Amino acid sequence: MSEPIYRANVLVCTGTGCDSSGAGSVIDALRGEVERRELQGEVRVIETGCRGFCAMGPIVIVYPEGLFYCQVQTTDVEELVEETLVKGRILQRLVFEVPHSQQAVPFYDEIPFYEKQQRITLRNCGVIDPESIDEYIARGGYEALGKVLSEMSSEDVIEEVKASGLRGRGGAGFLTGLKWEFTARAPGDVKYVVCNADEGDPGAFMDRSILEGDPHSVIEGMAICGYSVGSSEGYVYCRAEYPLAIKRLRLAIEQAEEYGLLGDDIFGSGFGFHLKIKEGAGAFVCGEETALIASIEGKRGEPRPRPPFPAVSGLWGKPTNNNNVKSYANVPQIIRNGAEWFAAIGTPRSPGTAIFALTGKVENTGLIEVPMGITLREIIYDIGGGIPDGKEFKAVQTGGPLGGCLPASGLDLQVDFDSLRQAGAVMGSGGMIVVDEETCMVEFSKYFLTFASAESCGKCVPCRVGGRRMLEILTRITEGEGTPEDIDQIKEIAKGMDSDSLCALGQLTPGPIMSALRYFEDEFHAHINEDRCPAKQCVNMISYYVSPETCVGCGMCKRECPVQVIDGERRMIHIINQDGCIKCNTCFEVCPFDAIVKLSGGEIEVPEEPIPVGSFGK
Amino acid sequence: MAQIKSLEELRRLRERVERDISTRRDTGTTIIVGMGTCGIASGARETMRAILEEVRRRDMDVNVTTVGCIGMCNKEPLVDIEQAGKPRVSYGNITPDMAPRLIEEHLVNGQVVEEWVVGRLQEDE
Repeated sequence: MSEPIYRANVLVCTGTGCDSSGAGSVIDALRGEVERRELQGEVRVIETGCRGFCAMGPIVIVYPEGLFYCQVQTTDVEELVEETLVKGRILQRLVFEVPHSQQAVPFYDEIPFYEKQQRITLRNCGVIDPESIDEYIARGGYEALGKVLSEMSSEDVIEEVKASGLRGRGGAGFLTGLKWEFTARAPGDVKYVVCNADEGDPGAFMDRSILEGDPHSVIEGMAICGYSVGSSEGYVYCRAEYPLAIKRLRLAIEQAEEYGLLGDDIFGSGFGFHLKIKEGAGAFVCGEETALIASIEGKRGEPRPRPPFPAVSGLWGKPTNNNNVKSYANVPQIIRNGAEWFAAIGTPRSPGTAIFALTGKVENTGLIEVPMGITLREIIYDIGGGIPDGKEFKAVQTGGPLGGCLPASGLDLQVDFDSLRQAGAVMGSGGMIVVDEETCMVEFSKYFLTFASAESCGKCVPCRVGGRRMLEILTRITEGEGTPEDIDQIKEIAKGMDSDSLCALGQLTPGPIMSALRYFEDEFHAHINEDRCPAKQCVNMISYYVSPETCVGCGMCKRECPVQVIDGERRMIHIINQDGCIKCNTCFEVCPFDAIVKLSGGEIEVPEEPIPVGSFGK
Repeated sequence: MAQIKSLEELRRLRERVERDISTRRDTGTTIIVGMGTCGIASGARETMRAILEEVRRRDMDVNVTTVGCIGMCNKEPLVDIEQAGKPRVSYGNITPDMAPRLIEEHLVNGQVVEEWVVGRLQEDE
C-alpha cells in the first residue's frame, strides 16, 4: 500500500501509428515536464496500445476527466501540463474537432468516431499499459484461465466456446469451438496450439494492435485453448516486421511465466502450457495455415493440399489448432462473461464484433471495432466521418487484396461473414478501403492483383500463371490496349484459379477483379471499347486542355510544367501541346482559376496558338 | 514475484492492483480542487496532496481532479465533493490539516461539514 495515489493518469498511445507520428518523444517530454513541476507523485504517464484513431495521432488521454487530445507534439507538452495538469483546464487547441461542423469535442467518450463502436476484443487496448501484467489482471485478466483450470473440464470449455458461436476472425469464419473439438478428438499425445499473427494485408493492423496493446489476452486465450484440446505447447507466428508487437509479446510471456500463469502446473491444476514466438519473414502466403506450419518447421513457406487438416496432422505431423490473434483474444471474455453474453452481441449467425482497419477516402481513418450487423453506411459516414472534400463515395473494398468491393448500393448492407460473402466481398481479416469518384476501378483491382500475384508462392500453376496472365490483361486495359475478348478471358482464368488453386491465396486472387466486374463492368467496357477512363485516372486515356474561356493568361501553368509543353505569354490564352504532355496533373493542381480541363474520351476546341485573353471565338 | 497458485490468489492480487488504474474509470465520487492561480497561491497544491494522502491511507475508491478558478478567489483553496446523485458541495478555505476531517465526515460518514460549506450546485446546473 505504499504506492502513491495518482490523481491523474496521462495515457499516451504508443501503437505503431502514433509512434511513427512522434509519440515516443512526446512521452519523454511529458515525463520531463511532469518532473520539472514536481508532479511525479500525483501524475502518472503511461504508455498504452492503440486507441484506433490513428489519423489524429499522437493521442494523449488525461484521466480521470477522460480528456482526449490529438496530434500532440513535443512543443505542446509544456502548455498541456501547465493548463490541464496544474490548472485543471482544457487545452482547447488540442481538442478534437468534428470534420465539417468544426464542433469541438474534448471528452474521449463523446467523440463520434467512438460512439458507434463496441470495444470487446480491443477493450484493453489504449486503456492499460501493455507492459504491465498487473494492469491486465486489474481488468480481470487471467480469471478466465483460472476458472477454466479450477472449475471446468476441457469438454466444458469447448462446449462454451461452441455455444458462444465465435467464428474464426482470420477471415474464413469457421466455428472456433468446432475447430477446437476436432483437435481435441484427434488421436495423439502431443498436440500444438498455433496463433496466426502473420497479418499480411496491406493496411490491416488489427492483430498487431492487439499484440501491442493487450498481449496477455492472446496468451490467456491460447492457454485456455491448450487446456481444452490437450496441448501443452503453443507457437505465435508473428512477422518480423512487427518489432514492437514481438517485443511486448515476449515481455508478456516472461511476466506470465514469473507469475506461474504460463509454465508447468498452472494454478496448481497440474496443467502446463509453454509459449514460444516464431518470427516469420513476412511472406503473405504464410498467413495460410499449412504454409505457416511449414514455416514454423523451418521449411519453405508453401501450402500443401488439405486434407489432412492441421487439426489431424499439423505442426510436425501432430494435431494442431490454429486460430487468428483476434479469435484467441475473444476467448477469455467468453469464458468470464459466458457464451450467452457473447452470442447476444452482433447477429445470430455472426456473433460478436468485427474489427476493421478503416482507411482510404474517409475523414477518420484508424482501427475500429463494431458489432456485427452494423451497416457499411454507419461505418463509413458515422464513424469514418464521410468522404473528404465533398467528393462522392464510389466503392468500399473489404477483405484486403483477396476481398472484393461493393458499390454505393451496398452501403446499407449489414456487415457479417455471410452477407459480405453473398455480395461478392469478404470479411477477410478486416481491411476496409474506401474510394471516391476519382478512383478508376480497373486500376484499383489491378493494384490488388499486383500485390496478390507478387505474393504467390509459385507452387501451383493456377495461382502462379493465372495471376500473372490476369495482371497482363488488366495492364493492357488500363493502357488503352484492351480488346473485347479480354473480359471473357479474365472470367475464364478466374474460374480456373478459383477451382484449381492449392490454397486460398490463389482461389481468392480474382476476388477484387470479379467484384469490380460485377458492379462496375461499364468502366471496363469504357476502357476497352471507347478508349475512355470514366474516373479520368488512366494516363493513356486522358488529356489536359486550357479552357480558352477561363484562362486569364497568368502563366502559372507554363512556369510549373515540368516538361515545358505549355505555350503562352502574359494576358494570352495558354495552350498545352498534346504530343509532349506527360499528364502529370501539375497544371491542373496549380491553376488558380480552375482553367485546366481534364478529359477522357473527347476534346475541346482551343485556338491554334496563343491569342489575347478574351478574343477566343470572336 | 510470487507465483499465483489459485484463483483466490489471483483475485487478491487483482484487488491490490485495481487501485492503480482506478483513475481511468468513473468511481462515482470526485474530489475537485480549485487550481487557478489564486488557488495555487493560497496553498491548493498542499491541500490536494493532503487529500491524496488521506485517500491513499483509507484506500478509498475516488477520483481526485483539478479545475481552474471559478471566481470565488477569497475562499481559496476551494474543494468540491461530487457524488453521483447528490448535489455538488463546495468547501472554502480548506487547508491541508482540514483534509482528514473533510474526507472522514463527508465521504466516510456521509455528513456534510456544514461549517466549511460555501455553496451547493445541483447536478444539472
